[in-house]
Amino acid sequence: MGHRAARQLARLRSLRARMEPFRPTRGGGVRAALAPAEASLLRSLVGQVLALIAPDGPPVAHVQPDGVSAWDALDALDAQLTAPQTPEDPVLARLLPDGYRDDPEAANEFRKYTESGLRGAKQQAAQEMLDTLPEAGGRIQLTNDQAHAWLKALNDVRLALGVRLGVTEEFEEQWSRLAADDPQWAAYEVYAWLGAVQESLVQALA
Amino acid sequence: MSVAPAEVDLPRSADRPVSDKPWVTIVWNDPVNLMTYVTYVFQHVFGYPKKKATKLMLDVHHKGKAVVAAGAREAMEHNVEVLHGYGLWATVQHDS
Repeated sequence: MGHRAARQLARLRSLRARMEPFRPTRGGGVRAALAPAEASLLRSLVGQVLALIAPDGPPVAHVQPDGVSAWDALDALDAQLTAPQTPEDPVLARLLPDGYRDDPEAANEFRKYTESGLRGAKQQAAQEMLDTLPEAGGRIQLTNDQAHAWLKALNDVRLALGVRLGVTEEFEEQWSRLAADDPQWAAYEVYAWLGAVQESLVQALA
Repeated sequence: MSVAPAEVDLPRSADRPVSDKPWVTIVWNDPVNLMTYVTYVFQHVFGYPKKKATKLMLDVHHKGKAVVAAGAREAMEHNVEVLHGYGLWATVQHDS
């Protein structure tokens, strides 16, 4: 978590009870309400993942949902030329994992043809979340497709933060062992809050 | 995975054995993905009923991994791409 997000946390703390969790809406889709500090924090975190996924900031190819677009062909060509390896950054390695576990050759081949598409899909989900997340917070109304973009983008933020913090399945215990003045305490709180947001979104969609 | 769900009724599944299929999609346990989220993704991506999706999620959680689909290699690679899009830790494996 960056410093900006950490600074926003102080404001979040006083407002956290104000988030209205996601609920299904009658005509399909979901709705929620976020406090300004919550919206600001989410935008900051999603923006960080977006920057991580696209370190050089190339324009995102908008892949057509059905059929193969010219961008796909270009992406595949680009992938062949660059032949990416498993990322060294553990966060990127978790966001863009190997497709084969005990077969490095097959894993590299799989990555060659799929990594740029996966990066593009993650960028698109993050961008769609930013596009539907008002900067000042307030009421949010999402279609099912938009809600799925949120699910993916929120989860990527949780994965990134989870890897950085080294969380295990005993997250609550890890958190409770931290001293109150531990510099990671704020990030743990954000991680827990993100889990609650994600949980409410899943429940609203299920 | 994290956050225990409410208790679920788990009859032993009579799923078809997958050993006659050469390629499988495996999902591995990880400490970040929520149990409810993983179940939802299995339902949404594979069209599995909630009971089957929940059983697979619990297999991932308790056994460390689960075979979530079997079939042609290309189809399994497609599954893995889709699951990576949702942030699940999935791999293709030759089930020999």
